[in-house]
This record gives sequence, structure tokens and C-alpha cells, in this order.
Amino acid sequence: MEKGTLRIKTGLAEMLKGGVIMDVTSVDQAKIAEEAGAVAVMALEKVPADIRAAGGVARMADPEIIIKIMEAVSIPVMAKARIGHFAEAQILEAIGVDYIDESEVLTPADERFHINKWDFKVPFVCGATNLGEALRRIAEGAAMIRTKGEAGTGNVVEAVRHLRNIKDEIVRVASLPREELVTVAKELGAPYELVLYVHENKKLPVVNFSAGGIATPADAALIMQLGADGIFVGSGIFKSENPAKMARAIVEATTHYNDPEILARVSRNLGSAMYGTEISKIPKEELLSVRGW
Amino acid sequence: MESDLKNLKIGVLALQGAFREHIIAIKGCGALAYEVRLPYELEDKDGLIIPGGESTTISKLIELYEFKPRLDNFYRKGKPIFGTCAGLILLARRVKNENFGLGYIDIEVERNAYGRQIDSFEEFIDLNLNHNSDPKKFRAIFIRAPKITKVGDNVKVLGKIGNNVVMAREKNVLVSSFHPELSEDRRIHQYFLNMIREYVKKEN
Repeated sequence: MEKGTLRIKTGLAEMLKGGVIMDVTSVDQAKIAEEAGAVAVMALEKVPADIRAAGGVARMADPEIIIKIMEAVSIPVMAKARIGHFAEAQILEAIGVDYIDESEVLTPADERFHINKWDFKVPFVCGATNLGEALRRIAEGAAMIRTKGEAGTGNVVEAVRHLRNIKDEIVRVASLPREELVTVAKELGAPYELVLYVHENKKLPVVNFSAGGIATPADAALIMQLGADGIFVGSGIFKSENPAKMARAIVEATTHYNDPEILARVSRNLGSAMYGTEISKIPKEELLSVRGW
Repeated sequence: MESDLKNLKIGVLALQGAFREHIIAIKGCGALAYEVRLPYELEDKDGLIIPGGESTTISKLIELYEFKPRLDNFYRKGKPIFGTCAGLILLARRVKNENFGLGYIDIEVERNAYGRQIDSFEEFIDLNLNHNSDPKKFRAIFIRAPKITKVGDNVKVLGKIGNNVVMAREKNVLVSSFHPELSEDRRIHQYFLNMIREYVKKEN
């Protein structure tokens, strides 16, 4: 019997496909998310919009909150560790979370290196804004990628940009003659073997979800039609007027992303979505998506 | 042999989960597979796969989109149905601490009973598919897998780990608590296609 293999780690991400992973900060929110049909929850102390508002250093959540949420729901529970903070990751593994998000939403603990994720049995998801970044994370052992978007803004524009970046670069790498791939690997800052995989398979070697700014069923459908395998909704649910209704509507929209009639029906009467922030109005040093290297 | 496979229409429930992997596996066996997202799409299918995914999510969408009547009809006609992991949970007669379960196969199930993700595992298992089946072990992948805790008298056991049943069949319903769609080995999908082939032959 073997545990913690790459197939087992990526396998859980395969099972989450076509689903919605929701940020929650309490047992009550976790139950609302599960009842709405979330495939997993991300246990946090604050949703990204509140992290942004609070400022200061954002750290891993209190394990007590995470454990209570794990006890309250039967779906997988994820939790965030700071970039490079392998001790936080060790703690999260010790309490038995199902996935660790090495996340730019928290304040990075290391400005040069990410966690060596091969050291762990628990799988990791990591953020990426382009193909090189995604492949570097996979080289470090990430079993799932999510495009970053700009968390806590309720503005989907960065999620679209990052997803299109990765899709376009995959198309480009797949179309190039093989003799160019070593140079491409150098330019992307990614291992040659992974660039070769993308060239041959026309896709990433792991599941790719999308995150950061998704706030409505229409946003979810847009992201799914652009080719994401599934979505993370952070502040978009519990910062909306009617979280239970919004959560259910986003779940339905993610399954029926190609059916405008269903999308029209589920989008009706949801109350107001979370407040959206214009990205250019955010001071550069407060942008989250530029964290990670 | 090959040509009659092409005439079969296999539906894969595509509400959530690893439906794409099942479609790839079925196509790899030479048959055609289609995503099923709405109940009417079941009508022209000869067999159905309910994939792995989150059973709570899939069951809520089954309820919300009123799949039950057409699924019942599909089952009663004797059309083969194959459930893997979450799909097994949905097909079971009883699920511990839950009120879902379509009840098409006489087994009792406990969700996540092999543990959380860090306890997920791979194991080589013996398959008992038919008299002359390939004796090679099957690389079975268990992810937060459900445990079959009780098996009815008419249920045929097709795979075990120790004392735990991990694959079973009753009439037209096949279940596995692991994920054959994540292995390259296609023997289980071929077995399911044979079930569909026999159903179609009987109908004609």
C-alpha cells in the first residue's frame, strides 16, 4: 500500500473538477457552503477582502478554527500557508487538512523560495499568473494550480488575464518545433521536462482552477468557458447580500456554464454581489497577485 | 467486435467530478461517450457512468435538476450503470449518516471511511471479473474512498482488499470504491462495456 504518491495528490484535484471551492471563516459558513454544493472549503480567519482591509501581516489561520470546520463538514477542507513557510505547512499537515494552499493572499514568509512540496504527503495547490510560474510550482511538487486573479477585489479582470496568459502560452509551446523548447524553458524559467510535457500534451500536467475576483454566476461561467477546470470563490460568497443563494447559484453556473438559459435563471434575484474594486485604484504595493516568484 | 462498440452510446454524468477521465477511458476502449448534464440526455443512452467527485455536490445537483424519475426508469429498464467512488455512494441502498442513495445496489456504505486525503492510497488488487479474466493485479487508486460495510445476498463481489469489498455488481449495476478512470488499465471499463453490449443484444 502506497500513500502520498503524485497520482493520489493530483487525483483529489481531479475529483474536485467542475466544482466550486469556497472560502469560509466559521463552522456556520462551512455548513452553508456544503449545503450549497461546494466541493471543498478553504478554512480561513478572514476572507481576502477583510485581509486587504485589515493590512499588516496575514498568517496561517488558528488550527482550532480549521479543526472545528473539519469536524463540521464531510467535504474536503483546505487551508492556506504563507509562501515559503514550510513550518505552517507542517502544522497543517499534522492536523490533517486535505489540501494546502501556498497562497499569495497571506504575507510571504520567504521572498526567494517556495515550499519544497515533495516533502509532504498532503497535496498542495499554488497560484500562478503565467505558464512559467505554474511549471515552477509543479516542479516544486504542487499537485494543483490556480490562476491567481486579484483576491478580495470582486473584480474578475485579473483572473481572466491570468487564465488567458496560461492558455495562450500552452498553445504557443505546443505549436513550436521541438528544437526551440530548451530555449523556451530558459525563457519561461521552467524545467525542460515540464515544457516538453506541455508541448506534447497541450495542457498542464495538473488540474488548473481559477481564483481571485469571481463574484457572480456569470463570472463563474465566463471562467469555465475560458477553460478553467473549476473555481475558487473567496470573498464573493460571504461578502454578498445573500450568501446561501449566491453560493448555490455559483455552483449551478459552474456545472451548466455552457447553458445561457440556466445561467439566466440562476442569476435572478440574488441580491447585491460583493463590492467590486477597480484594480488600477489599488496601490501597487497592495497587489497580491505579484507575490510569488 | 470493434464496429458494434461504435454503436453503443455511453453517457457519463457530468454534473461535477472526473467525468472527462471516464470519457477518455471509454473512448480508449473504442466506444463513444457523451456528457450528461440534464435528465433528458439520458434517454438515448445504453449505459451510464456516475464518476468520482464530491457525492454531496453531485447528489444536490441530481435533486435540484430532478434526475430521479429518469434515472429510476434507466435502472428499471436494465440499462447498465457504473458508479466509481462518489458514484458508488449515490447508487447504494443505504449510506451511513446520509439520506441520499438511489438504492440500485444492495450495499451499505460509509463515506470517507478509509480516512482523509493523507490516508488516501494505491494498492494492487485481484479482480474477479470472469472465468478467463487476466490474472494480472489491478492498480487501484483510493481517494477519500467510501467503505462498503455490508453486501446483500444477490451482490457479486468482484474485488477485495483484505476483508473489505471494493468492487461489486448486482444485475445491471456495477460499483467500485476506487478510481479505475485514473489508471491506464482499461479492463474494468471493458467489463462495463461488455455489460452494455449484452444488454443491447438482449433488447434487440
